[in-house]
Amino acid sequence: MTAILEMRGIGKSFPGVRALDQVNLTVEPGEIHAICGENGAGKSTLMKVLSGVYPHGSYDGDILYEGHATAFRDIRDSERQGIIIIHQELALVPQLSVAENMFLGNEVAHRGVIDWKRTWARTRELLAKVGLSEAPTTPVEKLGVGKQQLIEIAKALAKDVRLLILDEPTAALQENDSAKLLDLMLELKAQGVTQIIISHKLNEIRRVADRVTVIRDGSTVSTLDRAEITEERIIRDMVGRDMAHRYPDRVPDIGEVLMRVQDWTVWHPDQPRKVIDRVSFQVRRGEIVGIAGLMGSGRTELAMSLFGRSYGRDITGTAELGGKPADLSTVGRAIDAGLAYVTEDRKALGLILEEPIQRNISLANLAGVALNGVLSPGREQGVAERYRRDLRIRTPGVNQRVVNLSGGNQQKVVLAKWLFTDPQVLILDEPTRGIDVGAKFEIYALMNELVAQGRGVVMISSEMPELLGMCDRIHVMNEGRFVGELTRADASQERIMALILQSEGKAA
Amino acid sequence: MTTADSEAKKPGIGAHLGGNLRENGMVLALLAIVLFFLIMVRATQGVDFLSAQNITNLFLQNSYVIIMALGMLLVIVSGHIDLSVGSVAAFTGAVSAVLTVKWGWPFWAVIPATLVMGGLIGAAQGYWIAFWRIPSFIVTLAGMLVFRGLTLWLLQGQNIGPFPKAFQSLSTGFIPDVFGAGKPNMTALVMVGLAAAAIVWSGLRGRRQDAAFGVEPEPAGLFWARNLIVVAALLFVGWKLAQFRGLPNVLIVMSVLIVLYSFFTEQTTTGRRIYALGGNEKAARLSGIKTDRLVFLTFVNMGVLAALAGMIVTARLNSATPKAGVGFELDVIAAVFIGGASMSGGSGRIIGVVVGALIMGVMNNGMSIMGIGIDYQQVIKGLVLLAAVIFDVYNRNKQG
Repeated sequence: MTAILEMRGIGKSFPGVRALDQVNLTVEPGEIHAICGENGAGKSTLMKVLSGVYPHGSYDGDILYEGHATAFRDIRDSERQGIIIIHQELALVPQLSVAENMFLGNEVAHRGVIDWKRTWARTRELLAKVGLSEAPTTPVEKLGVGKQQLIEIAKALAKDVRLLILDEPTAALQENDSAKLLDLMLELKAQGVTQIIISHKLNEIRRVADRVTVIRDGSTVSTLDRAEITEERIIRDMVGRDMAHRYPDRVPDIGEVLMRVQDWTVWHPDQPRKVIDRVSFQVRRGEIVGIAGLMGSGRTELAMSLFGRSYGRDITGTAELGGKPADLSTVGRAIDAGLAYVTEDRKALGLILEEPIQRNISLANLAGVALNGVLSPGREQGVAERYRRDLRIRTPGVNQRVVNLSGGNQQKVVLAKWLFTDPQVLILDEPTRGIDVGAKFEIYALMNELVAQGRGVVMISSEMPELLGMCDRIHVMNEGRFVGELTRADASQERIMALILQSEGKAA
Repeated sequence: MTTADSEAKKPGIGAHLGGNLRENGMVLALLAIVLFFLIMVRATQGVDFLSAQNITNLFLQNSYVIIMALGMLLVIVSGHIDLSVGSVAAFTGAVSAVLTVKWGWPFWAVIPATLVMGGLIGAAQGYWIAFWRIPSFIVTLAGMLVFRGLTLWLLQGQNIGPFPKAFQSLSTGFIPDVFGAGKPNMTALVMVGLAAAAIVWSGLRGRRQDAAFGVEPEPAGLFWARNLIVVAALLFVGWKLAQFRGLPNVLIVMSVLIVLYSFFTEQTTTGRRIYALGGNEKAARLSGIKTDRLVFLTFVNMGVLAALAGMIVTARLNSATPKAGVGFELDVIAAVFIGGASMSGGSGRIIGVVVGALIMGVMNNGMSIMGIGIDYQQVIKGLVLLAAVIFDVYNRNKQG
């Protein structure tokens, strides 16, 4: 049987970064093909090339689909051929109903007038196929993320899908929702729908995938058959070296307590429930403290509520910095107290993308580049040049707009901004999200340098290996509470997961 | 980073032209428009478009648009809009008329009282926008209706005037010639000469700073060409004004404000914070910037400038009328966008806005002299606004 899809020698460049280079991918009809790779390895970019988000001509290489060379100009072109992609960020309109979303752009209509009876009937049929029994008129925003994901799949079925691409479909899902989704994938496979799944979760891949292609730094590393799929093999191909050398060495030199948080409790901004419940922890000089937890466990909310009450309401609890009670009531005061928060979402919350590097670096400490409120362009430039050298920000000049930098270099600009405020304690929220392996290593090395300077670091991360590799202690968080603490010596992925699962549903 | 990397992407003349294309292009467009009217007005009407009297008129007619555009730039940079400025100018103008004509206050009390009034109006609108997060479009649309209504109520549908000479001089007065009365007006020439020297000096100083800090400076040829054009234009205007009655007071007020606001937006931390807020409000807030307060203050500032413009208009007409300031908000907002501000906030320069306002002003004036009907004038102005913004978006897309 010939392959349904063959991608040969695919290459794609963005300003400042070569995202894909010589990627080859062959998908057989009726299989579930998994694509693995670290964040930033180029998986999503590859799928965007395939589905026409990046039109023909903007990439190198050839795509053969059902035996013909393709030249998709946009996503509609590929959808007409039965290639449907479901992105990480769901593309549903929250205010519209399930039925309206299902047939958006593809309405069951006669001369532009929608036939609601048939729309609803078809919607019910499709919902049944994915195991849902929701009313077609339910607004999508009323449903949970898991059900929304299933509706995306139903929407794909409505378009007569032949190749379904799922980009990290379970990233935002709870355990049982994930299981349902994987079952559905197997069911669709039985009906003959070829599927590509992008996932980090190796246990899921083992469960559903027939073959795996591993991508690293924008190139194909290997394609594994079902028999070859083991966790060790995939990890080795993904990172390109042994786990042992992914993290720079550090001899801990831990001093007195820099920051102490007691009974920190935070309420949801507009729902009557606690998001953070009596959390206490401390950070010592020279220490990296990790916070592990699933998505939605309250890690970011904890950090943002500490940093100038940027999240939540009715915040209670005490915080000390440098042995004194700290006033963290506004962001400005938190900065003055010696706290810095590097956001998980650098594009939306960390950077002014259209402004140049030096203006982003000075933003949190404009007084440091000004005299009596009057800016000194020279001083600002000098500061930016210094951080560009120290953090090795790769750019033709500090007057480049940050929108043109790669993810890793953008992250370095955000870090430079906070280093320029000279903080005692930095909270790093997913500091390596969406950056390539090389830049990750540099960020890790920088973290080690920061603690060597006598600062304290709190590291929030969803990637457990990274926490295990970097942290001196790890707090495990679930449902807004700290449910366990592990030292470097006795921490492992299994123990972290066990602490999370044991605490599940025990919240008051 | 290797040196090879940094050498490879050194910006050349092309990059500089590209980077400053917008502003250089704007100045050239203004010159082209002036030239067009110079020729057309002579050909059709047989008069000199750049006569001393008409240049004076140009400034008197457009000063209030430029003054309000300074404040509007800050509002738009912060990501908002103010539709109420025309009504606020009319209302504050009416207040100044009541204070002066009905209550007999002296001008030195009326002016600060009216400015405070404008500030309070700005605060009343800014409060809802900044702290309650009501969209500025809605709040100021309401303000536009409310203050137009209050103007009608205050004036009881009638004009109030005339004003004492002292108040009128705010708009129609001229700087007296301290070097003795005569033509040409020496004071005007000296002041314009000093202004030209200051522009070149500050340009040179900027270049020295660039060199000192290792910023690639603008190529010398481009720098001198641009300065030559600006200085020549300035001296020409100064010479012409000196032939007539000298420098109008309002021109001085306007020039001082332009310099002040340029300095504020480009050199101060507070100015920078407004740009940061417009560029990415959440990132600015998480960097310790009090974004709510800044938005509030930009609206207070806008109110004060609208009050100043209101008094200038009232003084120029020598009466407060219920119809004053109708449609000003459109001229002001158009000037800001022609001047290169981004609709989504975060960018735009004072100098661009001034040139944008002058382009609109010159077109108004030139078309009126040529006797082009108000119908065509509106169409042409609308198309110019559209073309300027399309040019912008096109350039931005091309840069990628």
